[in-house]
Amino acid sequence: MAVTKLFGAPIKRREDPRLITGRGNFTDHIRLPGTLVMAIKRSPHAHARIVRIDTSKARVMRGVVAVYTGQDLIDKLAPVPCAWLVPDSDLKVPTYRAVAVDKVRYVGDAVAVVVAEDRYVAQDALEAIEVEYEPLPAVVDQEKALEAGAPQLYEEVPNNLAFHWKLHSGDFDAAWKEAEVRLSRRLINHRLIPTAMEPRGALAAYNPGTGELTIWCTSQNPHIHRLLLSAVTGLPETRIRVIATDVGGGFGSKIPMYAGEMIAAALSRDLGRPIKWIETRQENYVATIHGRDHVQYVDIAAQRDGTITGVRVRAYANLGAYLSTAAPGIPTWLFGLMLQGPYAIPVIHCDVFGVLTNTTPTDAYRGAGRPEATYLLERMVDLLARELRMDPVEIRRKNFIPKDRFPYTAPSGLVYDSGDYEATLNRALELVDYDNLRHQQAELRQQGRYIGIGFSTYVEVCGLAPSQAAGAMGFQGGLWESAIVRVHPTGKVTVFTGSNPHGQGEETTFAQLVADELGVPFEDVEVIHGDTEMVPFGMGTYGSRSTAVGGAALVAACRKVKEKAQRIAAHLLEVAPEDVVFENGRFFVKGAPDRGMTIQEVALQAYLAWKLPRDIEPGLEATHFWDPTNNTFPFGCHICVVEVDPETGKVTFLQYVAVDDVGNVINPMIVDGQVHGGIAQGLAQAVYEYAAYDANGQLLSASLMDYAIPKASMLPSFSVDRTVTPTPVNPMGVKGAGETGTIASTPAVVNAVIDALAPFGIEHIDIPLTPERIWRAVLERSR
Amino acid sequence: MQITVTVNGVTYTHDVEPRLLLVHYLRDVLNLTGTHIGCDTSQCGACTILLNGKAVKSCTVFAVQADGAEITTIEGLARDGQLHPVQEGFWEKHGLQCGYCTPGMIMTAVDFLQRNPNPTEEEIRHAIEGNLCRCTGYQNIVRAIQYAAEKMRSGS
Repeated sequence: MAVTKLFGAPIKRREDPRLITGRGNFTDHIRLPGTLVMAIKRSPHAHARIVRIDTSKARVMRGVVAVYTGQDLIDKLAPVPCAWLVPDSDLKVPTYRAVAVDKVRYVGDAVAVVVAEDRYVAQDALEAIEVEYEPLPAVVDQEKALEAGAPQLYEEVPNNLAFHWKLHSGDFDAAWKEAEVRLSRRLINHRLIPTAMEPRGALAAYNPGTGELTIWCTSQNPHIHRLLLSAVTGLPETRIRVIATDVGGGFGSKIPMYAGEMIAAALSRDLGRPIKWIETRQENYVATIHGRDHVQYVDIAAQRDGTITGVRVRAYANLGAYLSTAAPGIPTWLFGLMLQGPYAIPVIHCDVFGVLTNTTPTDAYRGAGRPEATYLLERMVDLLARELRMDPVEIRRKNFIPKDRFPYTAPSGLVYDSGDYEATLNRALELVDYDNLRHQQAELRQQGRYIGIGFSTYVEVCGLAPSQAAGAMGFQGGLWESAIVRVHPTGKVTVFTGSNPHGQGEETTFAQLVADELGVPFEDVEVIHGDTEMVPFGMGTYGSRSTAVGGAALVAACRKVKEKAQRIAAHLLEVAPEDVVFENGRFFVKGAPDRGMTIQEVALQAYLAWKLPRDIEPGLEATHFWDPTNNTFPFGCHICVVEVDPETGKVTFLQYVAVDDVGNVINPMIVDGQVHGGIAQGLAQAVYEYAAYDANGQLLSASLMDYAIPKASMLPSFSVDRTVTPTPVNPMGVKGAGETGTIASTPAVVNAVIDALAPFGIEHIDIPLTPERIWRAVLERSR
Repeated sequence: MQITVTVNGVTYTHDVEPRLLLVHYLRDVLNLTGTHIGCDTSQCGACTILLNGKAVKSCTVFAVQADGAEITTIEGLARDGQLHPVQEGFWEKHGLQCGYCTPGMIMTAVDFLQRNPNPTEEEIRHAIEGNLCRCTGYQNIVRAIQYAAEKMRSGS
C-alpha cells in the first residue's frame, strides 16, 4: 500500500462537501419535537433602575408558555461566571446576573424572557412586556468612568475600577533619563464587534425522566461550556452534554458563557421541554461580546541611532458593564507580555486599568490583546523612525532580536521559542521591490499623488498553554489539549479531539497528521470534535492553539498506538519489539522486509486477541493529554501599499504583502485562507470598522447597515508568502496561524496611510482611518 | 393563506401566516435548513435563494409572495450527485471556512454567472457585495467563482 506524505499538502477540505450542499449541522438546524422558542427582552437604556416589570399582557397571549423576569430566575441560575481571575491586580468581580434584577447596566442587558410556541409569537410577547425604568446617568468612556463624580455601576466597585494590573520589568525611569530621544503618544485602539456570520444560539433539551440536559450551542469550547453550565444550573457535569459540531465562525465571541445559553438550559429544565434560542443580529451586536477598546499612553525611550531602550505603557481597557468569561486576561497578560514585540527592548513598564462602563462587555476578539500591543509598538516605531529621519526598515532591523539569540527570554518573562525576523522582512521587501517602490513614491508625489508604504513586523504568542502558566496567570483552567486515537478492527481510525474547529479546517489537517503518523489512508481517518459525550475533555479552539496543542495531542496519542501495535506485531512475528521497524503503515522485521504485517492487520489481531500475550491488553487505542512546555511565537512582516486621495480622504489599496512564519505548515491552502481572513479583519479595523456609542450609551453601529464589516469590493487581493522556522515546542514544529493576519495588518495599513500623508506633515491619525478623519487631518494641516 | 410553491423540483401546498418570511417557510416548514439566516436587515445575504431563477434574499420576501414560484435552494443545486460548478469551485479553491455564508454566496454566484459568464475580478467583487463573509477575506471566493466561470464556459 503506497502512502504519500500528507504533511505539507494542500488537500481539499473534507468539511466542505456538507457545507457547500446545505447539509451543515449548525445549532439552528437541529429540530426536536415539542421545541419551544425563547426570546429575550433587552434594555434600551445604558444605565437604569428597573422600577416595575409588567408581564401580565404577555403571559395571556395565545401561544405564550411562560414569561420570566430576573427575579424569577434568581433561584434557578447562579450568576454568569468570570473564569480569568488575574492575580495581584485587586480584581473585583461584580455580580453578573443572566437577567438583570434591580438595575440594567448596558443597552442589551436582559430584563425578561419569553417562551412561546413559535418565534413570531415570542416576538409579539416581548413587545407586550412593559418595563418601567428610572434612567440613571451613563458612562461610556473608560477614562471618564474613572473621574471623580462619574456614574457608578456598582457599589462594590469604587470608581468603576475592576483591576489595576502591573508588569514592571527593568528600570524605566533610568532608561527615560538616559534616553537621547523620548517619544510620548496617546493612542486609541477602538472597540470592534466580532460579527461571526452565524449568530449565537442554543437548543437546550432537558429530559425530566433521566435528569439529563443536552444542549446544542454555538461554542468554541464545549467542555468549558459544560463545566460552566454545571456551575450555574447546579446540574452535575455528568448530566450535561454540550454539542457544537458546526459553528459558523467565532473569532473569540463564542468562547464566553453568556446569559442566553444559560437561560435556555435553566428554562428547559423548568418547563421540561426543548427550548431554542437564536439571537438576532441586532442582539448579537449589543449582547455578544465586543473586542479591543483601549486608550493607551505610551512613552518610548531611545538612542539617536534608533535603539529602543524602554517602553512604558499606561492603558485603560474598557471592560463594558460586566466581566465576561475571559475579560480580565485579555488586556493584561495577552497584551502586556507582548509589549517588546520582535525587538530587543530591555525595559518594559506596563500598567493596565480595567474599567467598567455602561457598554457591552468586552472579551477575546481575534488576536485578543496582541493586536493592541502590536499596533501600539508598530505605530511608535514608525513615529520614532520619523523623528530620527530613519527608514522604517532600518529602525526595525536595528532593534530586531537577532536569530542567534533564540530561545530568547523577553523582559516580560516570555521565552520566545524560535525566530528569524530579518528573513521575513527581507522576503517581504523583495516581494514589493522596496527600493523601486520608494522611487515611485517620490515621483508620484511630484505629480500630486500620494502613495504610502506601511510596515508591520510582528511577533505574537499563540498555542495558548502551558497549564502551569495558565495557573500563574489566574486562568481558571488548564491549557492542555486531549486526544483519543482509536484504530478499529478494520483498520479504520477514529480520532477524538478536544479542539473545536469552527472554520479552521482541522477535520482535514488533523486527518493529514494522523494518516501520516499511522501510515493509513487519509480517507480512513475520521475526526470527531464538538461533542462532550464523545470527546473525553477538551479546552477548545481559540488563541491559535488547536494545531499546536490539539494536533500535538493527536500525534502523541498516535505514537502510543504505534508503540502498542509494534509490541503486538513483534509478538506475532516472533521477534523482539526492538527488532521491528515501522514504515508507511507496515511493521516488519529489521533486515527482513518480507516478514511483516500492516497496521490494519495488527489492529484486527489486537481486537481478536486470540494470540496476545497476557501483558498486552486487547484493543488498539490511546489517549493523550498534551500539555506543552511553552507557547509558540509566530512572526512575520506585512507590507501594505496604499494611495490616499487628500481631497476626499479615500484610501485605495495598491498592494498587500504578507510574509509570515508559522513554523511548519500542514496544509498551506488552509493556512493561506486563515491569513487572508485575518488580514481582512485587521485591515478593517484600520480603515472601516468602529463600534460607536453615543454619550448616553446607545450603540450607534448596532446593525450590519451601520457597522462596516468589509464587503468583497472593499478589500484588495493579498500576496501571501512564508518562511519556515519550526518551533521546538511540539513534535510537528507548527506554531499557529489563526490570528497572525489580524495582529499584523492593522499597523501595516495605518503606517501606509500615514506614510502617504507625510508630505502634509501628518504624523498620526487615530483609527479607524475613515475618509472623513483623513480629510479633516489634511484640511487642518493645509490651513 | 394557501400557497403553492415548487422548491428544488418538488411542489408543496401549505397554509401560511401572511407575515411568515420565505426563509422561515423554507427552514421551519420544509426543513430545508441549508438556507441560513445571518442578520435581520437584509445585509448579509446568507439566506439567498433563486426565486424564478433570480437570486433573492429570502428574509426579505414573504412566503405568500412566493406563491406559484419556482425556488432553488442550495440543497437543490447539485444534480444527479454532480456538484454545480460553483459548488465545485468553492471546494477546489477553498472558498469557505466556517461555511455559514456559503450557501447564500453560492446562490448569488450562480445567478451572477448566468448573467455574466466571463466576469473580471472587479465585477465578481461587485456582484457579491450583498453577501458578507467574515472568514475568507473574499480572495478565495473570487477564485472559486472564476473557477466556476471557466468551467461553465468550457462546458457549454
